[in-house]
Amino acid sequence: MAKYLAKRLIMSIITIWAIITITFILMHSIPGNPFMKEGKMPKVVYENLQRKYGLDKPKIEQYFIYLKNILKGDFGDSMKSRVETVNDMIKRGFPVSAQIGLQALLIALIFGPALGALAALNQNKIPDYISMVIAILGISVPSFIMGTIFIQFIAKNVSWLPIGGWGTFNHTILPSLALALMPLAYMARLMRSSMLEVLNQDYIKTAKSKGISKAAVILKHAVRNAILPIISVLGTLISNLIVGSFVVEKIFGIPGLGSFFVSSISNRDYTLIMGTTVFYSIILIAMLLLVDIAYMIIDPRIKLTKEGR
Amino acid sequence: MDKILDVRNLQISFKTFFGEVEAVRNISFSVGKSETVAIVGESGCGKSVTANSIMRLLPMPPAFYKGGEIIFNGENLLEKTEKEMEKIRGNQISMVFQDPMTSLNPTMKIGNQIVEGLKKHKNLSSKEAKEIAVEMLNLVAVPQPQKRINQYPHEFSGGMRQRVMIALAMACNPQLLIADEPTTALDVTVQAEILDLMKNIQNKFNMSIILITHDLGVVADMSDRVIVMYAGQILEEGTTDEIFKDPKHPYTQRLLASVPRLDMKKGEPLYSIEGTPPDLYIPPKGCPFYDRCDKAMKICKECMPEITWHSKTHYSRTWLNHPMAHGRGEN
Amino acid sequence: MNLRLTEELFEPAVRDSGNTDKIRRPSIKYWPDVWRRLKQNKLAMIGLVIIILMAVMSIVGTEINGFKYYEQNYELINIHPNSQHWFGTDELGRDLFTRVWYGTRYSLAIGILAAAIDFIIGVIYGGISGMASRKVDVVMMRIAEVIYSIPYLLVVILLSVVFTKAGSGSSMFVLILAMTLTSWIPMAILVRGQVLQLRESEYAMASESLGATKGWILRKHIIPNTLGPILVNITLSIPQAIFAESTLSFLGLGLQAPKSSLGSLANDGLAGLAVGNAYQIIIPAIFISLIMFAFNVLGDGLRDALDPRLRK
Repeated sequence: MAKYLAKRLIMSIITIWAIITITFILMHSIPGNPFMKEGKMPKVVYENLQRKYGLDKPKIEQYFIYLKNILKGDFGDSMKSRVETVNDMIKRGFPVSAQIGLQALLIALIFGPALGALAALNQNKIPDYISMVIAILGISVPSFIMGTIFIQFIAKNVSWLPIGGWGTFNHTILPSLALALMPLAYMARLMRSSMLEVLNQDYIKTAKSKGISKAAVILKHAVRNAILPIISVLGTLISNLIVGSFVVEKIFGIPGLGSFFVSSISNRDYTLIMGTTVFYSIILIAMLLLVDIAYMIIDPRIKLTKEGR
Repeated sequence: MDKILDVRNLQISFKTFFGEVEAVRNISFSVGKSETVAIVGESGCGKSVTANSIMRLLPMPPAFYKGGEIIFNGENLLEKTEKEMEKIRGNQISMVFQDPMTSLNPTMKIGNQIVEGLKKHKNLSSKEAKEIAVEMLNLVAVPQPQKRINQYPHEFSGGMRQRVMIALAMACNPQLLIADEPTTALDVTVQAEILDLMKNIQNKFNMSIILITHDLGVVADMSDRVIVMYAGQILEEGTTDEIFKDPKHPYTQRLLASVPRLDMKKGEPLYSIEGTPPDLYIPPKGCPFYDRCDKAMKICKECMPEITWHSKTHYSRTWLNHPMAHGRGEN
Repeated sequence: MNLRLTEELFEPAVRDSGNTDKIRRPSIKYWPDVWRRLKQNKLAMIGLVIIILMAVMSIVGTEINGFKYYEQNYELINIHPNSQHWFGTDELGRDLFTRVWYGTRYSLAIGILAAAIDFIIGVIYGGISGMASRKVDVVMMRIAEVIYSIPYLLVVILLSVVFTKAGSGSSMFVLILAMTLTSWIPMAILVRGQVLQLRESEYAMASESLGATKGWILRKHIIPNTLGPILVNITLSIPQAIFAESTLSFLGLGLQAPKSSLGSLANDGLAGLAVGNAYQIIIPAIFISLIMFAFNVLGDGLRDALDPRLRK
């Protein structure tokens, strides 16, 4: 098991490195010197950047300087903001995004599988149809559309749910919900088909034949096994959650890292783009690793196999 | 002999897209205390459906009880509520299933799977239940039970898993054990061990066993009485001796003839019964074996034969028993 | 029993011997059965109808009410839907009805193109990986794994940033390139899995023993059998592509104005949300959802219809 973990760790580090490298290459392959191109930059700033990134030096050296900085935890200076560095912006924006993201994840993780299990246990009856209609809508309606609908039809009519902005807990409710809907729906559908398959297995019959209560059969035997495929897609879902957060933050006007990222795109603030991309990638890869570990802990069959997965 | 189980006129059908399938068509039999009754027949004859129906484990759509009663210890199981059945399952009646590789929960420790039933039925503490679980594993000859209690099914071989299944079934000391093809999925050598184990347990606990199988060798080894099923009906019933030495129904005779024997000459063709059992969407009104029987008479197609008793324990349903058949049934 | 017993009845029966092995239920052919089952699925059929309607309207819808999609009219900005402009106008006075159908055209085209590219690359890569030697297969899969673990839309966004000038959107080419960069991998994995499975299967082995070449086996055996799951995958990857495209457009990386997809229309309409012109974002948003919904239920229906276990 340790061997598998080590292998995954190494793969993760390689992937992060690949992302950093690709990002660097992309940013520096923009025709012309991106650090000079857009808009007018005060000479002082330009000279600072030159010094910091060694812009006069060959690209390879710039690359290693950049790499070194990242290892130190320094994501660089923002090209557009005179006051803040990229690190400052990350520090300011990330907690905001993290809160919404985690809230959304929790909502999806709790209600998604629950809805799916409910549907499977009442197959082809009313609860099944309702759950699955909700689920289909959930995966068909992108989060920015959901967000818009929430704002237009709920926030404008309910006084304690703000239309946008940030500050109180109430500000987080609608955004988290809008973000949660798609992963929730996806997990509900997955759980439903997983449960249906599990419920047909022999060991469910064995469990019933022991005379334990229906609840025990469902929870300890069916759900426990049915939840495994969901954990394996959790990584992808989290990845989508991150991207979804960009959109939700834009709609609700939330000052999170996502909105910084989005505005850095239109501002062409390349260091900010690079910095946030790398930062997000690290977070994502870390989460993927955690999910893998969680899967290994929960499925006892994985522990003993050398290859894992 | 005390009867602990009395099945009377049981009819079970399945609702399907194409219509109703009559899987069990009016069967009656009983099981006494400490008896082993074997139910034999080809695939699809209804023996598994019968076994699962006793504890009401069949999926209720599409299956449904069309008629009959299942009397256990004087009470009709078909009239009990689900909660009442839960008290009986795993407690007074237990079941062992065919495929040990898929019959255990892969994400739950073996010990916990045994302890589950104990805690529910006997109201024991975790510690007490665990001790009994260890005892049970000892009983079924699983080595190092203290250690293996904390292991998962995939850490056991097929034969070992079946032993665990038996331990699970025996944990609450049931009066009746229903074994649905318990050795079919196992190697021959392991088969013998499992059967011996079951015999020992039966003697020790005075337990009755219903043994579902298509393997006549197993029947000869273990059972006191034999029930021969075909296309949802019982064609013959008797003690093991009577069935093996003096089978009256052509189907039984051919079943026995098709068991390969060690003293066959080289090159001798294996005997088998041609054809397949009838489709139960349109159940035949006469004897279901009509199509494949070489002693069939015209009346066999028209009408189901009556029961003829050959001894206090032996009966068969074939028109060949009728005086008007003029001894055509004799071999 | 009410039969009168006669001697005659006890005579040996006369039967035609071929009876017992006859299978009494008619056997059903595969593909017509799939279509029949799909037709029974009402939701899937609704989806199919929606898709066809959308496709047709995306072609003819722009000509219906006479306005051009790029026609600006400063007298008529931000008009709510009325009898002249059925979907209202945007902030430059352009008729939204026409623009929505124009956008649908692009959204559908991009979605289908992206799915098609995924399909082609996926089938080629997966097919090669599956039919190749063990070593080559392992290497190919490792590469795919690494590529797949790179957060998809981050790369997409980056690429879009790189290839576009500030302020304007991306060209269709860039958009599709960015989107298909990693989305072909699930298809490749699916195809490879199917190829491996069928390669080991009995009839492929039988053919090989009769002297068939690997290419022949691929064409005649493997492809017809994997068609089902592949079809489902394609159908379901279209809404994912549309989702990706609309997200990109919504973030400002979509098509250049005045060309637009439904996603960029939604982006344009976002400003209207705050000032009471919600229709400007809601209408394109509904269209996006409808299209995704239609493809999703159709894909679901296809998956159910192809599942042999559900054959009744």
